[in-house]
Amino acid sequence: MIAKQTNQKAWFMVLPVFLVVAFSAVIPLMTVVNYSFQDTFGSNQFFWVGMTWFRDLIHSERFHDAFLRQIMFSSIILAIEIPLGIAIALTMPKKGWGVPVCLISMALPLLIPWNVVGTIWQIFGRVDIGLLGHTLASLGFDYNYTQDPVAAWLTIIIMDVWHWTSLVVLLAYAGLCSIPDAYYQAAKIDGASRLAVFRYIQLPKMQRVLLIAILLRFMDSFMIYTEPFVITGGGPGNSTTFMSIDLVKMAIGQFDLGPAAAMSLIYFLVILLLSYVFYTVMSNIGEESSNGGA
Amino acid sequence: MANITLKDIAHSYTGASNNPDDYALKKLNLTWRDGGAYALLGPSGCGKTTLLNIISGLLTPTKGQVLFNNDDVTRLPTERRNIAQIFQFPVIYDTMTVFENLAFPLKNRGRSKTEIEPRVIELAKMLGLEKDLFTKAQHLTADAKQKISLGRGLIRQSVNAILFDEPLTVIDPQLKWELRSQLKYLHKQFGFTMIYVTHDQTEALTFADEVIVMFEGEIVQVGTPEALFERPEHTFVGYFIGSPGMNIVPCRLQGRSMLIEDHEITLDQTYKEQPDSAKIEVGIRPEYLRLAPAEEKGLPVKIIKVDDIGRHKIARVAVNDHTFHVVMPEISGMTGDTASLVFDTAHTNIYVNDHLITGEQS
Repeated sequence: MIAKQTNQKAWFMVLPVFLVVAFSAVIPLMTVVNYSFQDTFGSNQFFWVGMTWFRDLIHSERFHDAFLRQIMFSSIILAIEIPLGIAIALTMPKKGWGVPVCLISMALPLLIPWNVVGTIWQIFGRVDIGLLGHTLASLGFDYNYTQDPVAAWLTIIIMDVWHWTSLVVLLAYAGLCSIPDAYYQAAKIDGASRLAVFRYIQLPKMQRVLLIAILLRFMDSFMIYTEPFVITGGGPGNSTTFMSIDLVKMAIGQFDLGPAAAMSLIYFLVILLLSYVFYTVMSNIGEESSNGGA
Repeated sequence: MANITLKDIAHSYTGASNNPDDYALKKLNLTWRDGGAYALLGPSGCGKTTLLNIISGLLTPTKGQVLFNNDDVTRLPTERRNIAQIFQFPVIYDTMTVFENLAFPLKNRGRSKTEIEPRVIELAKMLGLEKDLFTKAQHLTADAKQKISLGRGLIRQSVNAILFDEPLTVIDPQLKWELRSQLKYLHKQFGFTMIYVTHDQTEALTFADEVIVMFEGEIVQVGTPEALFERPEHTFVGYFIGSPGMNIVPCRLQGRSMLIEDHEITLDQTYKEQPDSAKIEVGIRPEYLRLAPAEEKGLPVKIIKVDDIGRHKIARVAVNDHTFHVVMPEISGMTGDTASLVFDTAHTNIYVNDHLITGEQS
């Protein structure tokens, strides 16, 4: 038998990565964890408070409201952007001069920085000078996103749809383009309806890219900060105070480092958990019914 | 069920044009009799698939008409033509079970469950898919997936024709034989018109009653496997069919004889005098050539190489720059020897500008 040689030198190769990850992720995260169990009154004095911040937060109405607003926002965003994105991708041409035109016009919104998007819509919606706001007001609509929560929500949702549906379109389009022609030909031979082609060929073939689209759009919309901050600053009242806005208010506005740290952790875990659930559900969609019969 | 007629069909992928080079299919006329087993044979890129797609309606021809019996279906969409087509690579519906895959063409046409079920089970048995009937199609092997594709093509009983576009490319050789004989059996049993595209001559010759050979967008010969072998109408058919292909060598005609490099060989027939510009060639199958000892009367040749391939031997012989293949059960000569090449004149064909000409018995 040949003795197995063990050489531990390879660990040194991993060291740089370990250091980078430690400084960029682990240490900052542990600092946050550290804050979440302590209280401070400044001058670098900390007191151990145990689970107090977490307990307070879980029972705080302010947190519940922000959380519900966030869930509602992400659900609405996904419910609009995913079907709309697929629909647009389906109508896009597959060849000819229309392809680059469509792709470029789709990619444009994605190239604009978040705060610029916020500013564009903030001005666009203003009742005094904004094209949208002023037009609506002159037409007699009672639209004012600084005073009306519904108008504020609508503005932010439409803005997000305008900004991010393109991403779903591009992903779905890439998925559609990868389907070989033979599938469509076979479907014609089999006498499949347009709906059946969508249901049995296009949708299954798009499954993977749609999973990516849903995950990306969920995470991004769940963490949205810049645009609502620029447009409404979380108002009117607290109606558009999403979790990230609330968090910043708590951490920087009120300097409540402990509760803010606790909230960050919960926020992070929620995103992680929901992403995991989406991923598992979507990856298993194709497998479930195969266990039936046989 | 119907006779399928192609009338003056031509197709160009770049749209109508006056340049014949733009056409993937040059003008062709052909009738496929109801219930026939046809093979469409030709090298890759000769327009076989284009022709198939025109019949099934996946392509609308640039020129000409497609007739089913006497109805013009040129503009009729695929789903209304009642044609089945099987593609080179397996096409399956990933999210469906094997059963649902096979039932799909019938379901789309609104057949009842009681009609679909026995038919699917029967077909699955025939293809050896019955134990996988309720598994998801995407979990199967490439072989099995292609069987599903075949099954979807065969499931409808009253189709006008079943078109096979090199369906056995992905299947392994042993199963290939089995499936091909299955298809042949199905053809005998149900009498579907079957059109089978392939670039494999064995596949074409074993499957079909009649073989259509295509070359560069044109049909060069339509005939039984024997006719293609014995009297190829175009030098391409000679090359393409048989292994090794027909020997095609330039010659000159002189009354009842031909001259190959100034050696005279007497023929059975007298051929008409040809213009000087014409390219005249003699074509003869390696099987109809014989190598005799140098003393015997014949074309004096030099043996370049002798290959023993078991069943018979193949010799490569040369007269100056012109080489011939000779197939014989036994060859006594050795490389470098001179020998006499004897022609079986009954099976010697003369080609003018690549086309077969016939002479007069005299």
